[in-house]
Amino acid sequence: MPVKNFHKTRRRKLLAIFIAGALCLSGLTATLALAQVGVGDEALNAQNGLMSFLSMKAWSPYAAGVGIGVLSWFTFLLSDHPLGVSTAYARTSGMIETAIRGDKARSRPYYQRFAPQIDWEWMLVIGLIFGAAISAILSGDFYFRFMPDVWVAEFGDGWLLRWVTAFIGGVVMGLGARWANGCTSGHALSGTMQLVASSWVAAIGIFAGGIITAFLIF
Amino acid sequence: MFDEIRLNRRLQLFLGFVMGIFFGFFLQKGQVTKYDIIMKQLFLEDFTVVKVILSAIVTGMIGIYILKRYNMVSLHPKAGSVGGTVLGSLIFGVGFALLGYCPGTAAGAVGQGSMDALFGGVLGLLTGSALYAVIYPWLARHILHIGNFGEITLQELFKIDTLKMVAIASIFIVLVLVALEIFGL
Repeated sequence: MPVKNFHKTRRRKLLAIFIAGALCLSGLTATLALAQVGVGDEALNAQNGLMSFLSMKAWSPYAAGVGIGVLSWFTFLLSDHPLGVSTAYARTSGMIETAIRGDKARSRPYYQRFAPQIDWEWMLVIGLIFGAAISAILSGDFYFRFMPDVWVAEFGDGWLLRWVTAFIGGVVMGLGARWANGCTSGHALSGTMQLVASSWVAAIGIFAGGIITAFLIF
Repeated sequence: MFDEIRLNRRLQLFLGFVMGIFFGFFLQKGQVTKYDIIMKQLFLEDFTVVKVILSAIVTGMIGIYILKRYNMVSLHPKAGSVGGTVLGSLIFGVGFALLGYCPGTAAGAVGQGSMDALFGGVLGLLTGSALYAVIYPWLARHILHIGNFGEITLQELFKIDTLKMVAIASIFIVLVLVALEIFGL
């Protein structure tokens, strides 16, 4: 391991920086988490430790964010892969097209680049569905939701309009995700934390496009 | 040391699944799998989404750059271009506001029982991806390469030391988060 080749003082210096950084970060997280009064009280009143923490309906957004950040250390370390989602949708659409049209579909240049097959990221998305389900079930937050409140307040409770809008949104977003070569996960989360220029551009583009559209349609 | 783990395909598929469970769990606990939370972010009324993303970025960044310093991980920068990244992300944003979930949180929303994320969102995303595969050859020839800026990182772009860039980005993110709390957003 290259670690052994490092000069001792340099290692100590880096370790000091790491510990200082980790302390600042955990201090900040704790402070900000408690600043979220509602959630903070819930956490302080929790009597049964870990289990009640896992069955809280909502965590402080900082706790969830730090969790995702730490998770991404492990995706890089153990799988040499950033967290990303939208390629899995492209692979799935490739698998569906292959199932319908046979191997002709595989000759599309895009599916030559991203083969329609199950890979690490595809399994990540399947796991994601289960993880969200586990979280929701533990906190009694799992139930079939047909209409979101914010939508109903503006457009009423006709489910057809909601589903058609959602479908069109999905089509446009699926197109845009592949066009930009990444989505909120691959670019705005994983790319930005690697300080990749294109990902910071994409993150700004995603929110600029989203905010403008949201103000236009509502 | 990690090559044995990384090259074991079956183990990787399993690890992907396990890491996905954690990812989905954190997203749902952070409330960002909810349409209302995401839309209120786009209306600039509720900053939960920004808080989750920024605290994930700062945590992930510090850890990944320390691991990289010890040659334990390698970066995976994506190439960018005006025709690809800028145009694509703006199109993505339009879809984002119409659907009210992003690709990852749509999958998470399905897990918590949101039916609009399944029949609208996931089906739409699959259709959009298929459509992209159809128009990809044309886009690759005419649009995607416009204004290419390559697989560059911010420290390469600004020509500064990596440690400095990580420090600047961390301080910037922390200041934004503190400002959000001060203004009660």
